[in-house]
Amino acid sequence: MTTGQQPRTYPFGEADRLRLHPTYAELRRSEPVTRVRLPHGGDGWLATRYTDVRTVLSDPRFSRAATVGADVPRTTPLVSRDTNILTMDPPDHTRLRKLVAKAFTARRTEMLRPRAEKIVGDLLDAVEAQGPPVDLIEALALPLPITLICEMLGVPVEDRVDFRRWSDKALALTAFAPEEIVAAVEDLRDYIAGLVAQRREHPTDDVLGTLVQARDEGDRLTEAELVNFGVTLLVAGHETTANQIGNFVYTLLTEPEHLAALRTTPDLVPAAVEELLRIVPLGGAAGFARIATEDVEIGGVTVPAGDAVLVSMPSANRDDAVFTHPELIDFRRETNPHIAFGHGVHHCVGAQLARMELQVALSALLQRFPALELAAPVEEIVFKKGRLVRGLASLPVRW
Amino acid sequence: MPWRIDVDRETCVGSGMCTAIASNRFVLVADRARAVDATVEPDEAVLDAAESCPMEAIVVRDEAGRVLAPER
Ligand code: HEM
Repeated sequence: MTTGQQPRTYPFGEADRLRLHPTYAELRRSEPVTRVRLPHGGDGWLATRYTDVRTVLSDPRFSRAATVGADVPRTTPLVSRDTNILTMDPPDHTRLRKLVAKAFTARRTEMLRPRAEKIVGDLLDAVEAQGPPVDLIEALALPLPITLICEMLGVPVEDRVDFRRWSDKALALTAFAPEEIVAAVEDLRDYIAGLVAQRREHPTDDVLGTLVQARDEGDRLTEAELVNFGVTLLVAGHETTANQIGNFVYTLLTEPEHLAALRTTPDLVPAAVEELLRIVPLGGAAGFARIATEDVEIGGVTVPAGDAVLVSMPSANRDDAVFTHPELIDFRRETNPHIAFGHGVHHCVGAQLARMELQVALSALLQRFPALELAAPVEEIVFKKGRLVRGLASLPVRW
Repeated sequence: MPWRIDVDRETCVGSGMCTAIASNRFVLVADRARAVDATVEPDEAVLDAAESCPMEAIVVRDEAGRVLAPER
């Protein structure tokens, strides 16, 4: 490594639509694990190559639990004091993860496909009835994942106006004041705690009900873990997929040749979803730092014990050591081992659910509206600012 | 009473869940999981790995062939 060098300022810039900053490609070539300086919490390391990123995500010498309550390098203003599934290491992590793993397996998720198709069908009926132009974020991207995660968890979908408002703030970087972010997370907790209390009166067999039972009958998690888990599932369960539905449709509508390929060969949809997961960066920048619990050699440097390491999954997904012509969208890649859902113990719980939702949404949309197009010039399509994840403020379309 | 581990490499998506939970029991080979040893002495971590696999690609059986994990 080149010593004595100034750390790079990170993030490299404000997220620009769905583009990945060119510095990642440079770093993959010449400095795969580099020093970075974050807006909060000081300096750390950033890994950009596929193999190093996977190592940091799966090697037990890198801890998430060690970040709790610590002033680690991060993009968010607040120090995270929460213990939730994303901030736990095995065996605690395994204890929690096992409680919900069953509900989110490929098999269980596949059983929800007809329900997802019905929801999307109804939503698109409403779109047709309304007539162009329609904002697809409000009309499809948000209500599909919200309805499904609500039904799985047992959260009343009628409450969406409230929890949407809180959840939007909970994922803010600079879009809201720190006190507002804290208050929103508190509101989400109170809200889930209320649903937990209801389940103690009237047991249910939804995911929240299962967690309540695991606490009350098996003492397998604490009250705080239970409530935080509910919050995490509710927030992660809709913000991510909702933004990606919008981002994927935007990508297709601005890349006509790929859109045409999907229209002529609808069977390509599952492969297209994988490719879009690979190429569309959801996070604005790397988040969820890991702390090295001992000195670790990685990417030609020694990360000393106690240092924080960030990983860029979008950068890993464009590593030419793994993907041929990584900058190009190609729905016919032979293999596509992208890590858009992470890797190792924190690999996304909702990955199969998200895949299914994205497939159903894209298939139905293309089938229903063969002439779908943007209803505004691309420059006028606006992305939200100051958020952890990239997503459109609105996506006006016509047909 | 050894247990038998079967990993369906066709179903596996290489999430790395099992290799992280039971690192001495599973390895990723060509992006797919494989049991280090198909037969092991009883080990809770192997059950955890099978229960946590998003694809249910890991099946653990006892000597009599009874499925111990994953629960259906
Ligand atoms: C396109 C949609 C989605 C993407 C791209 C995505 C991405 C990710 C990634 C990258 C991680 C790992 C983060 C890390 O290790 O630092 C993760 C974890 C997680 N995701 Fe997702 N996710 C999506 C949808 C969902 C859905 C629908 C759910 C609903 C339950 C969900 C729930 C979670 C949870 C609970 C975790 C933490 C898992 C753990 O710590 O064991 N995600 N997701």
